[in-house]
Amino acid sequence: MHLAQLNLAHLRAPIDSAELAEFVALLEPINAVADAAPGFVWRLKESESDPTATVRHDYGDYLLVNFSVWESLESLWNYVYRSPHLDVLRRRREWFQRMAEPTMVMWWVPEGTIPTLAEAMERLERLKTEGPSPEAFTYKDAYDSSEAANLPAAAEARK
Amino acid sequence: MSTDDLDALALLNDPVRRSLYEAVAAGGGDVGRGEAAEAAGVSRTLAGHHLDKLVEAGLLESGFRAPAKKGPGSGRPAKVYRRARGERSVSLPPRDYVTLASVLAGVVDLLGAEEQAEQAARGAGERIGARHAGEPVERVLGERGYEPYEEGGLLRLRNCPFHVLAVEEPLLVCSMNLALCQGLLRGLGEDPGRARLDPRPGECCVALSKTNGD
Repeated sequence: MHLAQLNLAHLRAPIDSAELAEFVALLEPINAVADAAPGFVWRLKESESDPTATVRHDYGDYLLVNFSVWESLESLWNYVYRSPHLDVLRRRREWFQRMAEPTMVMWWVPEGTIPTLAEAMERLERLKTEGPSPEAFTYKDAYDSSEAANLPAAAEARK
Repeated sequence: MSTDDLDALALLNDPVRRSLYEAVAAGGGDVGRGEAAEAAGVSRTLAGHHLDKLVEAGLLESGFRAPAKKGPGSGRPAKVYRRARGERSVSLPPRDYVTLASVLAGVVDLLGAEEQAEQAARGAGERIGARHAGEPVERVLGERGYEPYEEGGLLRLRNCPFHVLAVEEPLLVCSMNLALCQGLLRGLGEDPGRARLDPRPGECCVALSKTNGD
């Protein structure tokens, strides 16, 4: 099983504004770190030729979408928190609004499956309304792939 | 506190086992029996015996390293040791600061008080540094559990002393750790700018440039 992750950021200003210029300049080097990170499988890209192009979508102009697939929870964690990406995260308040609700969700997908953005948004909605489950979880309440694979059908069979 | 933890740690009371454990830990990865034996100044046979005891107690993990040469005559794979991932702590009488720290980290998150938390960490670092003014930063960080070592002109830190919380709240804890290290440098009378984030898997997120002006 592979791990899918959706991460949303709410911009403080339009992506092409001066306020966001430093962030936009970091997109190319940081995406390169992600693409080269051990365990990286796939990420949603707006453009193959322009590395600074952010994903276009219908969920609002100020919403930045990061959507990727990884081999394991550990490989994603190491990229997010144990690479130059950490320093960018540390500066997030300069560019993004603080959100009271969850903006990140993860779930397991069969290898070779690329989930859709619509499904990812549904998973996040599910996390918000129902709390963490094997179908939609966070680092703090993580489920491993076997738990996800065993549920719900196998859980019924074990009874 | 569990009896297992106490039993495991009691094993380190033996000076040979202690120096073997330290040799493996300082290696930062897979360490062969011969290397550990040499560092501890004992025979390979004695080292093997004690290393296996440390594995049994869960303080080390063992594995095999394929020989450099492939094919017939290259010999068996060498047994190697590395520090076990889990952590052991014993407190008498029992104390539980990790739960409290975790709750407080949750409060910082609820309040959005990351900046204030970093400021407080910087202040705490300065006070620690001031108590050790004039001492080399390597020693002060070493005494605080960071396990410094030199690599590529940097002073890297092998161990994260806040590991459990850093896994739970990486952004907050790593930011506070950086502020703490910068404060500590200032307290020691050194340039706080020597400490910066340079995270890589399995280590502390902070690295120090070697001297001022680097």
